[in-house]
Amino acid sequence: MVAGMWIRSTMAYRASFVLTLVTSFCVTFFDFVVILLMFGQVRGLGGFAFAEIALLYGLTGTAFGIADLTMGSLQRMGRRIRDGSLDGFLLRPAPLIAQVAADKFALRRLGRVLQGLMVLVWSLVLLRGEVAWTPLKVLMVPGAVLCGAVIFSAVMVLGASALFWLQDAAEVTNAFTYGGNTLLQYPPTVFAQDLVRGVVYVIPLAFVNWLPALYLLDRPAPPGVPAWAAFAPPLVALACCGIAALAWRAGVRSYRSTGS
Amino acid sequence: MLRLYATVAAGGFRRYATYRVATLAGLFTNTVFGFVYSYTYIALWAERPRLGGYSTDDALAYVWIGQALLTVCGLMGGGFEDELIERIRTGDIAVDLYRPADLQGWWCAANAGRCAYQLLGRGAGPLLIGSLAFGFTLPDGPAGWAAFLLAVALGSLVGFALWYLVAMSAFWLLDGQGVVQAAWLTGLFFSGMLLPLNVFPGTLGEVARALPWAALLQVPADVYLGRYGTGWGLLRAYGFQAAWLVLLLAAGRAAQHAATRKVVVQGG
Repeated sequence: MVAGMWIRSTMAYRASFVLTLVTSFCVTFFDFVVILLMFGQVRGLGGFAFAEIALLYGLTGTAFGIADLTMGSLQRMGRRIRDGSLDGFLLRPAPLIAQVAADKFALRRLGRVLQGLMVLVWSLVLLRGEVAWTPLKVLMVPGAVLCGAVIFSAVMVLGASALFWLQDAAEVTNAFTYGGNTLLQYPPTVFAQDLVRGVVYVIPLAFVNWLPALYLLDRPAPPGVPAWAAFAPPLVALACCGIAALAWRAGVRSYRSTGS
Repeated sequence: MLRLYATVAAGGFRRYATYRVATLAGLFTNTVFGFVYSYTYIALWAERPRLGGYSTDDALAYVWIGQALLTVCGLMGGGFEDELIERIRTGDIAVDLYRPADLQGWWCAANAGRCAYQLLGRGAGPLLIGSLAFGFTLPDGPAGWAAFLLAVALGSLVGFALWYLVAMSAFWLLDGQGVVQAAWLTGLFFSGMLLPLNVFPGTLGEVARALPWAALLQVPADVYLGRYGTGWGLLRAYGFQAAWLVLLLAAGRAAQHAATRKVVVQGG
């Protein structure tokens, strides 16, 4: 309902909305143009061909887009805590997380989801002959997108929980969300092994697309990571949600209003 | 008059210096992005050595210069336009116009203070961390650093002029979000933040290198890498930045002039 209100309020400036939707689509598209430009100069990157990188890009782009659409507003909470307007939210008979997530709900973020989906479909068309499709692999594509969206959302909630203590630290979350999204667009073979291990075991972003995509493409998992990890995303997503929920609850409990 | 602007600039510096946690958070984010891009560039330059005339060490320096200048030169938003647009939308701008100081000059001074702080707070850190981690190319002695700093100063002014022009659009559109996003997008792509402009192919590359966004990152980075030499080449690079600066400042001034004469301020 809150989201609906914000959608209506955005529509008040309709020209601006269309412009933001188009740019939201383009921002992410330009992101992809960079990869196209790179492949204008080289035939492969880290041993991965263009279609394979497009698959990585499409999976993480769509997952991140969905998470950003639903949870992207959490970043603004730091400002709400600082100016005390969060108090109003706490008084309303609705879950705080839902209200904050719907605060300034921006439908334009749909542009990112659409763009990610487009690249994903394109990559699947390019790869249709190269991948030995099994029912399991077919199921894995939407599964990875959904689990990925949940993992990204959990990271965003976790970052927002930290805002209860450090209101100005919103940018740290960006490093893991936007930064993670950029990281996942490129194959794991490009990065240093410690970094890959970090996104497998510390912040489990590798489960968003790397591990499922490596399985889809019949490539070995990164060294030191068991093969069955490709099927772990649902479990990882659940665990992430649990941790995020705990952190959120701890944050809300320690909330002290500014009083103004 | 000059003292007034100096005071405004010092205020801008202090204002951003207040939020130390935000600076640290930004520093962290810049560093993470720096690492991500560094590895992709290493892979790219391994496939095509000397791509765009850069060695791998040059390309790595480019990555970290980009992270250092991100906020300084307004590659992803000037850092002041949201506030200015909000003042235009709410009508507070009428108060600003009554002040005994020029609107553009006032904001330019405040922005210069912000840039100076972010160069120290968010610029120096990533460069140091990146150079320790990857040992990339460094400028040629103190003269090289000085030449780079001058190019950065010009770049940050061009960044201001661009974003001021963007903010002026709010006089007509009221909600500036659409324009800000569009400017954000073009800036990100054409500044060379995602990929150096000299890697862009053919005509696209030539056009991109002639646009004002090239003055924000590509020119300072090339000055840093010593690709303009020291004599006339360097002066030509500064000339390119200065020409866009004058043009954009004049355009911003014209827009401001037209706006204050024609547009009725939102009351309230």
